[in-house]
Amino acid sequence: MIPVLQQPETWLVAIPALGAATTFAFREQGRRGVVSFVLAGIAISTAMTFAKLLLRGPYSHSIGGWVAPLGITWQIDGLAAAMILLTSLVGVMISRYALEYFGSSAEEQRQAAYFWPLWFFLLSGLYAIFLTADIFNWYVTLELSGLAAVGLITLSEKPQALTGSMRYLLIALCASLFYLLGVVFLYGEYGSLDLTTLAARIQPGSVTQVALALMTIGLIAKAALFPLHFWLPPAHANAPSPVSAALSALVVKAGFYILLRLQLVLWPVVSTRYLAIGLGALGAAAILWGSAQAIRQSRLKLLIAYSTVAQIGYLFIMFPLLHAGWAGDPLWASYAWAGGVYQALSHGLAKAALFLAAGVVIHAVGDDRLDSLRGLGEKLPLTATAMALAGISLMGIPPGAGFIAKWLLLSASVASGQWGWAVVMILGGLMAVGYLFRVYRRLLTARDVPVLHQPPRRMEAVALTLAILSLVFGLSSYPLFYLLRIGAPASVGLYLEGLP
Amino acid sequence: MTVVSIYGITGVLLFVMGVFGLMTQPHLLKKLLSLNIASAGVFLLMVALAYRGDKLDPVPHALVLTGIVISVSATAYAVALAARLQKITGSPTLEEPAVDEP
Repeated sequence: MIPVLQQPETWLVAIPALGAATTFAFREQGRRGVVSFVLAGIAISTAMTFAKLLLRGPYSHSIGGWVAPLGITWQIDGLAAAMILLTSLVGVMISRYALEYFGSSAEEQRQAAYFWPLWFFLLSGLYAIFLTADIFNWYVTLELSGLAAVGLITLSEKPQALTGSMRYLLIALCASLFYLLGVVFLYGEYGSLDLTTLAARIQPGSVTQVALALMTIGLIAKAALFPLHFWLPPAHANAPSPVSAALSALVVKAGFYILLRLQLVLWPVVSTRYLAIGLGALGAAAILWGSAQAIRQSRLKLLIAYSTVAQIGYLFIMFPLLHAGWAGDPLWASYAWAGGVYQALSHGLAKAALFLAAGVVIHAVGDDRLDSLRGLGEKLPLTATAMALAGISLMGIPPGAGFIAKWLLLSASVASGQWGWAVVMILGGLMAVGYLFRVYRRLLTARDVPVLHQPPRRMEAVALTLAILSLVFGLSSYPLFYLLRIGAPASVGLYLEGLP
Repeated sequence: MTVVSIYGITGVLLFVMGVFGLMTQPHLLKKLLSLNIASAGVFLLMVALAYRGDKLDPVPHALVLTGIVISVSATAYAVALAARLQKITGSPTLEEPAVDEP
């Protein structure tokens, strides 16, 4: 076989990067061609990466044939594949949406000309983050995706978007420096950047703890964990809607993903139980604070953005539960791990659906004040359905994928006797009902509203498809658990067989 | 105190100063300068690490070069964004624009 066909994981990074570098050269029609090429490429290489993973089991790839410690190693296991699946699903959907979102006016075409290169660079950077197992390469890919994300927010050139993106840029650069400083300390102590080599060499010690603490600070700022979330609502709410969806569904997950990788491999050695409890406490605070703020908002996109702050909190509740599992029954660790990854996936799909639906609303009525939603349920039934279905997952009601995530996390916290987390998660679910019903109540009000522009059907269909996907993953959890078992670290993989 | 630790401690001090400046200075250009001071601190620490032991370690040098490339392009982008921000909002700081339009 041709060698390049045997390495589909490299295409995942290369094809969007190639697309980004070539869309500059085209006008409207040519751009559509490049976009179709990239989307087909993403779909095929995702499928082939999955096929390779299922046939061969977890594998690693040394970029350019240079092996660690000199080269950069990629590792593809179930966790990486799950994140790649999320990125591909949401990425392709957002691209389909964006093809309709940017109309044919001169201003919209100007925005589109900047959107596609930045968006493809962002996708390329995200794939690279999820594939890498090298702490310095994570720094590089975080910067690649971070800069592209900031550029995407500024597209509309509204004052709020510019301020929001500037604040995001400063936070992101500062967070990267914290992370990099931690990387430098780890390299100084162990002389390696490769995650596998580090895992073999790492020992408890003050330098290691300082390094991990610095990296953690950087990564929670990237993941917008309370109290470092303040940059998120203005940035996500003022970006163009496809960009908001990408930021909330994918970009914040990158910081979480790296932290999770470090947790699984390095932290079981270095005793960091209190750090884990601290992360859990911040997560709990994020759930309560984010939900409370979401209930108070009067603009739809700000409400959704604060809901992201809250939903990210659930991801971090996983860490103290993992540690409880390592100290007690490994079953709890398996539950917590599966629940956390499920939460990342379900939130990604549901939140992308919500933001894209919000974009349809803005297209139809011109703004996103909650009061403009009155009566829209009748005018835009597909979009209203998308919002309702996505909300099922966010509230944690069956059959949403969010239900399985929250159920697993709840089970782990109850079984390990940590009732506090369970109480917060249940409260968070109730508050999610509170802020989402503020949206639904207005949608279902009977009122004859003038719809300014009938939105393209395809925009509505994309939002609805993502919302339905968030239910599909909730209806059938077995495939994802099967995927997560592949190459799962011993610290969490013991009891994945026994999952429902 | 060895030469390496002098460089290392200076690097960490620069990082702390930079982060402090980033948080306290309202003017965007000063924030960006602070960020650059902080990154210079991290790079200095890397270079100092390479100097330990009998032989020079080439890896940190490669990392610093990568870091400088990223830092230069990020700074250039941030300066351009700050200039555009001042042109549109009339203010070189991050104060919230007064109008609250959707």
